[in-house]
Amino acid sequence: MLDAIGAESVEELFAQIPKGVRLQRSLDLPDGLGEAEVFERLAALAGRNADAERQVCFSGAGMYDHYVPAIVDAITQRSEFLTPYTPYQPEISQGGLQAMFEFQTAMSELTALPVSGAGLYEGPSSVASAAYLAMAATKRRRFVVSRGVHPHSRETLATYSVGYGAESVEVGLDGGLTDGAVLADAVDEETAAVILQSPNFLGGIEDVEALGAAAKEHGALLVVAVDPMTLGVLKPPGEQGADVALGEGQPLGNRLDFGGPSFGFFCATEEHIRRMPGRIAGETEDVDGRRGFVLALQTREQHIRREKATHNICTAQALNALAAMVHLAWLGREGFRELGELLVRRTAYARERLAEVDGVELLHEAPVAREFAVRLDAPVDRVLERCAERGIDAGYPLGREYPEYEDGLLVAITERRTPEQIDALADALGAAVSAEAVTVA
Amino acid sequence: MSTQVTETPMQRDRATTIYERSQPGRRAAAPMDAGVPEHPLEELIPAGLLRDEPPRLPEVSEPEIVRHYNRISRRNFDLDTGFYPLGSCTMKHNPRLNERVAALPGHARLHPAQDPRRAQGALELMWLLQMSLAEICGLPHVSLQPSAGSHGELAGLLLTRAFHADRGERRHKVLAPDTAHGTNPASVTMAGYEVVKVATDARGGVDMDDLRAKVDDDVACLMLTNPNTLGLFDENIAEIAALIHEAGGTLYYDGANLNAVMGKSRPGDMGFDIVHVNLHKSFSQPHGGGGPGAGPIAVSERIEPFLPRPQVVRRERENGSGPFFDLDHDRPKSIGRLRGFQGNFGVFVRSYAYILSLGGDGLTEASETAVLNANYLKARLAEGRSGEGVPVAFDRHCMHEFVLSGAPMKRELGIKTLDLAKRLLDFGFHPPTVYFPLLVDEALMVEPTETETKESLDAFADAVERILTEAAEDPEVARQAPYTTPVRRLDEVKATRRPVVRQALD
Repeated sequence: MLDAIGAESVEELFAQIPKGVRLQRSLDLPDGLGEAEVFERLAALAGRNADAERQVCFSGAGMYDHYVPAIVDAITQRSEFLTPYTPYQPEISQGGLQAMFEFQTAMSELTALPVSGAGLYEGPSSVASAAYLAMAATKRRRFVVSRGVHPHSRETLATYSVGYGAESVEVGLDGGLTDGAVLADAVDEETAAVILQSPNFLGGIEDVEALGAAAKEHGALLVVAVDPMTLGVLKPPGEQGADVALGEGQPLGNRLDFGGPSFGFFCATEEHIRRMPGRIAGETEDVDGRRGFVLALQTREQHIRREKATHNICTAQALNALAAMVHLAWLGREGFRELGELLVRRTAYARERLAEVDGVELLHEAPVAREFAVRLDAPVDRVLERCAERGIDAGYPLGREYPEYEDGLLVAITERRTPEQIDALADALGAAVSAEAVTVA
Repeated sequence: MSTQVTETPMQRDRATTIYERSQPGRRAAAPMDAGVPEHPLEELIPAGLLRDEPPRLPEVSEPEIVRHYNRISRRNFDLDTGFYPLGSCTMKHNPRLNERVAALPGHARLHPAQDPRRAQGALELMWLLQMSLAEICGLPHVSLQPSAGSHGELAGLLLTRAFHADRGERRHKVLAPDTAHGTNPASVTMAGYEVVKVATDARGGVDMDDLRAKVDDDVACLMLTNPNTLGLFDENIAEIAALIHEAGGTLYYDGANLNAVMGKSRPGDMGFDIVHVNLHKSFSQPHGGGGPGAGPIAVSERIEPFLPRPQVVRRERENGSGPFFDLDHDRPKSIGRLRGFQGNFGVFVRSYAYILSLGGDGLTEASETAVLNANYLKARLAEGRSGEGVPVAFDRHCMHEFVLSGAPMKRELGIKTLDLAKRLLDFGFHPPTVYFPLLVDEALMVEPTETETKESLDAFADAVERILTEAAEDPEVARQAPYTTPVRRLDEVKATRRPVVRQALD
């Protein structure tokens, strides 16, 4: 090969790198290992994590221990889906493009909004992207954000806002739900978007339509983050006046993976189609009239529009969106609704059971779908530690992000959490709180 | 001649969506029993907040779902099937071991909010990956949080802003060469800066005179890819770095082309302050049809205080029983979060497994082979009609990729770069990146990667030669290509003018 190149050595090819910036030693990394050894190393690390097979997981906060059907792995591990890149050559990317089109249809159905993108990174950065869209649409730079929006979303929005020069006003919660009066006062002619989440971070189902009235009145966009697994039973944002609906897609077909990769979904009304972030697949025809799919509206995107693009996103989460689509097809229309109902009923059961436990009370009484918050009569971290000793991850402690709920615990339910496990959680919490109460006394 | 248009079996099999396979009442998942009292939903949730009709998801059986997705999967070309020399995308082999270790329950079913005391393996893995990337980049600190390259760019620009703000400065301009990836200027806009283009000189590097003319104390940052998108290492990098640093700016390295220089040269040693690394390029995370990826950033000491939070840290336990890996949220100067939780951990597992597999010397060898393969393919394409029709844009040794210009081919043979790309599809190859970088007329950007054999490089070069020979006889063959793909050329204009972005149902 060197002869064909006309070079003496591989080294000669690197001669274009000036001496001063050449690494004059080997990389200080261990020697390579054989496949079996690498497996053992990684398995040993994995073995030091209390995953949901070793601990009954009641943690949620945006990512949930749902059952991912085997068919999802079988399809997403196919080389044809796993190993290509972005479908820039549509003639040989019809599988991926069609999957995007099907996914967009499903998310459009779930949210009851006509336009869906092919997927963004994950939930919280999708909130920041929606705010960016709202700024472009309204030429305003102020967001009114409910404190019920996921803390990671609010923090990500704040990070992005420094860049694009916007500010946020936060509206507090009252009885587990966004304070409507305070929100109405906060919205004015400078407001680009009202940003809500439903169910909110504490699990409460917001009356999005009522809260959104203030946005409509002042020409601001209504942006709603939703949990896709609740949309088989809860009124979809598109029927509640939302201009943009988005969310964390992990519950659909994606494993926990310690936080990623998952995907963000992003849906909007027709009028925003040319401001959407990220890829969108569209239907078209080939020269012989065959139905086909392409990346539509590429003139919004960074590889064409560069500094005038609607967003900088390029590589996103196509495979994760495919996983969601397969999961949704597997559940099907009826199965999806049934799963939503099951979550609501088991969550109601769990809430009732926990409320009966001495030393545990409900943090709020607002209606919930799949997650709820309680207060504990003992330090939350100590109670979690005691539950962990019994093999239970009892939930997400609220104190760090909500100092006003220092004693708060967020409990999430999935179809994997059986009534027996819920009973065991109630027992464990009761025992832990009373043990800690004795310790404190 | 292959221009004879007879429909292939796959072309005859018209696209049918999963919704069109739907039949009322069919299903895959078996119904589940809640096992708790079946209260009517209206007793649990106010009726006004409930949905009237469930979303119209498909109603199909499991075998139908499997058939459907297997069938449409065959309408994709993929890296496991053939050569995929897509420039700047580093389509290297994806080891299946990485999929296996990522799927271990200790990784796959670990909740992201798990207490660090019970996630020591995951946090240690992240820390080890941080240390590995720091060594490869020659910069001491790493945040794994960004979700992809463009997210890393945005992070780098926000870090730059925070760095200047901390010194009481507000700068407005970001410099980027005209060869930059499209994400660079798009990220600049999102970060609230104005992009200023820097020209390219006759050797394919940054035009130093133009750079000098544009550097001033309003420049926040220079974003550079090195080797650049022409596949050429910028020989003036030390001087460029000095210029930017003297003016008080930061130097940002777009790591899309890191696969050229692993173990050979490090961005930190070149003077860069901030680097993003595409784990889905150099570190073998499968591209997934457009993600997931991950875009960790490595930074210098002066940028470290501003890194996103939380940051994975290694602490010594007070009782001396070894290290404890933790998430540090207490970072007062941090730019804050860029996303939910800790990042694309599943990607970290795969990339760390890749680094362990290759080791330091293996990574260096990967870069050497990537550069050898690129130069070999460049030499093969300089032969015969290829050398005349699609000459290399800058004729010197390249790094891991090179850029050809299809301008002579267009002029002499009457076929455009797009036609060549489409005809390559009939030969079973994924085309190179086309019409990028913008400064090369009719550009073709070719990146073979280290995981290709000489035979596959030869086969690709032979195919290009054959297409040009064929075009000399009859340019219509390429102009009408492809013929054998599941669909032929698609009307992209229609998809933008009157976008149909979802299936109409009922």
